[in-house]
Amino acid sequence: MVQNIINVKNLSKSFDISSKKPGLKGTIQHFFRRQTKSLKVINDISFEIKEGEIVGFLGANGAGKTTILKMLCGLIYPSEGSILVSGYLPFRRKENFLKNITLIMGQKQQLIWDLPPIESFYLNASIYDLDKLEAKKRIKKLSEMLEIDEELFIPVRKLSLGQRMKSELLAALIHEPNILFLDEPTLGLDINAQRNLRKFLQKYNKETNATICLTSHYMKDITSLCKRVICVHKGEISYDGKLDLLLKKLSPVKEILIVCRSEEDAIKLENSGFTVKNKIKNEITIKIENNSITSSLKTILNNFDIEDLFINEPPIDEVIGQVLIKKDYDI
Amino acid sequence: MNLRKYLKVYKKFLHTSLASELEYKANILVDLITAILSLVGSIFLLSIFFQNSGYIGGWKFEQALIIQAIYTILNGITNTWFNPNLTEIVKHIREGTLDFVLLKPIDSQFFISLKKINPSGFLEIMLGFLLLFFCIRINQINLNLSFLTLSLITISCSICILYSLWFFISTTTIWFVKTWNAIEVLRSFLYIGRFPLSSFSFSLRIFFSVFIPIAFITTIPSEVFLGLSVFWKILLEIIVATIFLINSRKFWIFALKFYSSASS
Repeated sequence: MVQNIINVKNLSKSFDISSKKPGLKGTIQHFFRRQTKSLKVINDISFEIKEGEIVGFLGANGAGKTTILKMLCGLIYPSEGSILVSGYLPFRRKENFLKNITLIMGQKQQLIWDLPPIESFYLNASIYDLDKLEAKKRIKKLSEMLEIDEELFIPVRKLSLGQRMKSELLAALIHEPNILFLDEPTLGLDINAQRNLRKFLQKYNKETNATICLTSHYMKDITSLCKRVICVHKGEISYDGKLDLLLKKLSPVKEILIVCRSEEDAIKLENSGFTVKNKIKNEITIKIENNSITSSLKTILNNFDIEDLFINEPPIDEVIGQVLIKKDYDI
Repeated sequence: MNLRKYLKVYKKFLHTSLASELEYKANILVDLITAILSLVGSIFLLSIFFQNSGYIGGWKFEQALIIQAIYTILNGITNTWFNPNLTEIVKHIREGTLDFVLLKPIDSQFFISLKKINPSGFLEIMLGFLLLFFCIRINQINLNLSFLTLSLITISCSICILYSLWFFISTTTIWFVKTWNAIEVLRSFLYIGRFPLSSFSFSLRIFFSVFIPIAFITTIPSEVFLGLSVFWKILLEIIVATIFLINSRKFWIFALKFYSSASS
């Protein structure tokens, strides 16, 4: 049986936030008498993550995803509740715990700006107490997986964003961590770079059985990497479960565009009892429930003269978008 | 603490930061020229003060030059290690990159205090030592083992006090985010350290001994060089340095509990 590597129970986090009124008067008031209020950004959440799982954290900006990730890796103290990651209390930041985890942030970098990435890799290797030979072996292996070679010897400031992100990944993985926390890892990358990064993460997970916790606003990251998602809405978990179950629930029908041989066939199909979305000449779009797709398509193909047919998945961004603005999903 | 690992990491710090700095040759050259001009300017200023009177606060010009030499060495150390590293704390906290430091299996205070090095500060340290040797000659100071030990102890204590003061102020960034001004104020106070403590009024002497112990930083080591120091002063400097160093450590650990990391 696969063991839980992350256990979170009744976790809450509050921050003291100061607010400022607009204008000069507001600025002066803010300077002399700053009004702060406690804001609960995470409210009583509980979940478990199994070893080797890839879990996506979904939520609108400010929902609390990054705060959860930062509490999981021990950067910030929880206000209430308990967290256990790989058997450790993260906020104590014990050496063995830190050797087990890594945090990668798409918008922040740890590489030394003026030097080639290879210098940062060897620096990290010495921090993680790896000898030169072992470090060299790991750099070679990871650079092959990430498909970077010459870039290792070019100053970071001269690398493209995609090359930089790959180097950031290598720097963050040189100690072969078991748990990866990824905060928007594909932010700002072009489509090819995003795809390569996803491919790498899939491969890394498969080869090392590492657990990956990921936040991203690019739905493709979530759909191609995560079987399970945790949706966060205003600091609370609105959904925790399989991604495909969520998609089915949120979008129970598929749209099918059917190109008939003649307009007469299209008219016959229109009157055959299917829910029609629209019809233009010999092209007709119908809506079919997910659970009756196969039987409905059989009926259509057997009874009508069909030239072509397209099954359209609902745009995933729109479907997931609903999760980000609603609170509860009873699935 | 694994000393071998820390030495290995520090070697890497030295290597990477020297390599980074050497990418900008012109900048190093400007820094070197600035260090020479700054020292010449300071000696010129000191000589102006001594033009009308042979003594200030009971110190001759040749003796006061020792203070200037120690100040130059300490300023060199500040520019080599404290300035590039401790001002970086502010940047780490504002931009949230302290996250990377805190998640490394290494002492975070060690990392942020020693990661960078500014090689042009070395020249200032060398100039300071040259001036010090010159002062030893003109003041006809007799070098012996006990003298060298005491000098080393007092200068080390001065470095600890100076580091702790910088570190205290930089750490407050965790709450106040921007503390550049406080660091500038500290640098201005450090200029005071170029003059003998006894040249100030009684109230200022108390202020620079108790509240901001600038006096300890340069005057006491200089007194050791001139054989003017008394035992209790050296002991006091050791106690002050130990208290400052321990508290800077405690303060850092305490402050980290309030670190909320920058939003992404």
